[in-house]
Amino acid sequence: MPATTIYSAQKIITMNPSRPVATHVAVRDGRILGAGTLEELETWGDYTLDDRFKDKILMPGMVEGHAHTMEGTLWRNVYLGYFDRMDPDGKVWSGVKTIEAVLERLKEAEAQITDPEAPLPGWQLDPIYLNNVRVTRQQLDSVSSTRPIGIMHASGHILNVNTKALELAGLMKTGLNHPGIPLGPDGYPTGELKGPEVMTPVGPHVGYERALTDCDEQGLRDFGKLCVRTGVTTITDLAARLTDDSVSMMLRVTGEKTYPACVVPLRFFLGLAPKDLVAEVVRLKGMSTERLSLGRIKVVADGSIQGFSARLRWPGYHNGAENGLWYVAPEQLSEIYHLALEAGVQVHTHTNGDQATELAIDTLGPALLKHPRRDHRFTLQHCQLADAAQFRRMKELGMCVNLFANHHFYWGDEHYKLTVGPDRATRMNACRTALDTGVPMAIHSDAPVTPLGPLFTAWGAVTRRTASGRVQGEEERITVAEALWAVTLGAAYTLHMDGEVGSIETGKRADFAVLEQDPTEVEPEALKDIPVWGTVQGGRVFAAADL
Amino acid sequence: MTGEPLPVTVIGGYLGAGKTTMVNHLLRNAGGRRLAVLVNEFGELPIDEDLIEAEGDNLISIAGGCVCCSFGSDLTAALIQMAQMDPRPDHVVIESSGVAIPGAILLTVSLIDGFRPDGTVVLADAPQLRRAAVDPYIGDTILRQLRDANIVLMNKSDLLGETELEALDLWLADTAPQAARIPSIRGAVAIEAVLGLGAEPLASSAGGHADKLFDSIVLRPAAPVDCEALAARIAEGPYGVVRAKGYLRDRQGGVRLIHVAGNRWEVTPGPDDARPGLVCIGLREGFDGSALVALADSA
Repeated sequence: MPATTIYSAQKIITMNPSRPVATHVAVRDGRILGAGTLEELETWGDYTLDDRFKDKILMPGMVEGHAHTMEGTLWRNVYLGYFDRMDPDGKVWSGVKTIEAVLERLKEAEAQITDPEAPLPGWQLDPIYLNNVRVTRQQLDSVSSTRPIGIMHASGHILNVNTKALELAGLMKTGLNHPGIPLGPDGYPTGELKGPEVMTPVGPHVGYERALTDCDEQGLRDFGKLCVRTGVTTITDLAARLTDDSVSMMLRVTGEKTYPACVVPLRFFLGLAPKDLVAEVVRLKGMSTERLSLGRIKVVADGSIQGFSARLRWPGYHNGAENGLWYVAPEQLSEIYHLALEAGVQVHTHTNGDQATELAIDTLGPALLKHPRRDHRFTLQHCQLADAAQFRRMKELGMCVNLFANHHFYWGDEHYKLTVGPDRATRMNACRTALDTGVPMAIHSDAPVTPLGPLFTAWGAVTRRTASGRVQGEEERITVAEALWAVTLGAAYTLHMDGEVGSIETGKRADFAVLEQDPTEVEPEALKDIPVWGTVQGGRVFAAADL
Repeated sequence: MTGEPLPVTVIGGYLGAGKTTMVNHLLRNAGGRRLAVLVNEFGELPIDEDLIEAEGDNLISIAGGCVCCSFGSDLTAALIQMAQMDPRPDHVVIESSGVAIPGAILLTVSLIDGFRPDGTVVLADAPQLRRAAVDPYIGDTILRQLRDANIVLMNKSDLLGETELEALDLWLADTAPQAARIPSIRGAVAIEAVLGLGAEPLASSAGGHADKLFDSIVLRPAAPVDCEALAARIAEGPYGVVRAKGYLRDRQGGVRLIHVAGNRWEVTPGPDDARPGLVCIGLREGFDGSALVALADSA
């Protein structure tokens, strides 16, 4: 008979309503044999008692329902964000608070590189927090004039580069006439490149070579380390291109005996006609393994709210900006929904603005009439501006939602002042309304847009605190228990994985987050600060300290 | 990259306007030009089967030395790949996605060395356009596409009566006043109007246009002219010119190459030995050849 290990813990939060709390959990073959008391679990026969978690809190391994594995790759670049952030090796990089500090950190990194022509890429700059002071080409030249330098903004939509990078891309000239390329008084570009169309010609010269949402091999391994450090055992890669090469790389890396998470890549919708897209995803589904779950589609309907590219209904943007952009035509969305429902393939749709959400709802209704499919769980991702009526319609159609709870902290003040104004900022990411309406709900980080960390995300939904410390939309706050549900079973439900993961109960995968403090006992404001010891994934123990 | 910059035309318009049909028409009537067609993605195969010579992963070889390639998210890389082909294509045509803004794509092309942004041609589904333009979801996207078009093709014009077509033409004149407007049926429009004149401008106009819709004239002003001023006035004035291309002597000395596509114009230095002559073509109706001659002589 296969070996059984029984772990004792200070407390086990199971998320199993029949038995919410336990002291011991028995694991066999990487799965949960049962949770309860030692006496109860002993009845299964021979076992080894493992006491290493005796003063730890176990909860179900957390499920991040919207992230991008590219975060793993980005950490090889210079971190220039405003907030402190932990890298895959556990080092916490302090946030940079001034342009001078940005340049200082770049100089330190520059001094480490021997090849004088190697690019120097940085990431996560956010001028919103630096009084909107922009980094200039000349400032970056002071770091190096021989190697190309490029700094990606936190939004992912702006890149600042130095003169060398502009030269390599053939853009160091006067007479350019493009709204995405501001010019200095000398007629030359300032080095700021706004929008993907002007970033792509320069990106490869500054180390942003890849299709941005894809990770590479080392990036995927590093991403796994971040999962361990944040208590995550199942994680999505929400806009993967899934070329043959990247699928085989992901199969190889996640298949390594020590890979600590189950990765769930959703196939990005572009590049194939809807019919071929659905057929391809059905094919991919058949290649799934225990740590790589394939077979879902991601569609992007609109852009982002802080980038003013999300599609809003009346009255539009608070600052009067023109309405955003569609990244899918309504007819294409409809075709994808029809074919996917017919084939039994799940679709997650990125809708930031409420008009995009409306389109997705309007489109799914008729598609479901044509192809009735119970339990389809089509999920709206972000869905930041949905109002109560939209949540009611989502409920009627059997849709799920994954709300962007981290936005309250990172951009809540901007939404209030600038993008959508006080009223709609207050209802953004309306977790309370979603739950009260009965829409199955998850909450997410969208890492690398904001840092991976479901306990932080739960804190965001519970407190709705902005970076300036205001509570924005107190009526939409949810309880700690609800937030913990959202980052475990809630997210698992949106992936049709709630039968396998998300709670600690018999038959499920032995996935635990190992915490130093009890999230149900600490002050809600302290939820984000609970130290994570590591994880257990598929019965394998991963200590953050040993990575 | 060698030689003259490679001209790039963006063909846009909302879904169902007939972009793919028109691209096939261009390939079928390329008349010896090697066209490289870039499509956003290979959806339903974008090329008529009888035109295909060979099919690769993301490249289709087409009769007459043309190719079709999908570019996904990296237009720059695809353009550079086209420019490096041997033999090099004569003209790149980008068929943009239904929700893309063609003017924005052309601006991107303008950033890449070795290419000449030639213009944007936006197809409109003539019978549907007015209704689509007020659609709460896509109406503003369609208006944005039209507002920076250089040339608007009122496609499927045969499905409209004469009065309806006139009304649509007036509405477009108001909505997209900058654009040259051409009616078309199943995307069948003279290639000179869409892509400009061929490598040898004088030859291409010699036989006139089989298509009775168009008229053309060659301007050969007796004295050197202010090329920029002339190009601007041809592009923006009421002469009914859809396209113009050719070499003229400039008042500042030297020879200039002039390109006009709808309201868009460009003047670049040309070789001294180029044979002077500026070919202008436009819809027969509204084409004012004598005014153009007078304009050139006074420019």
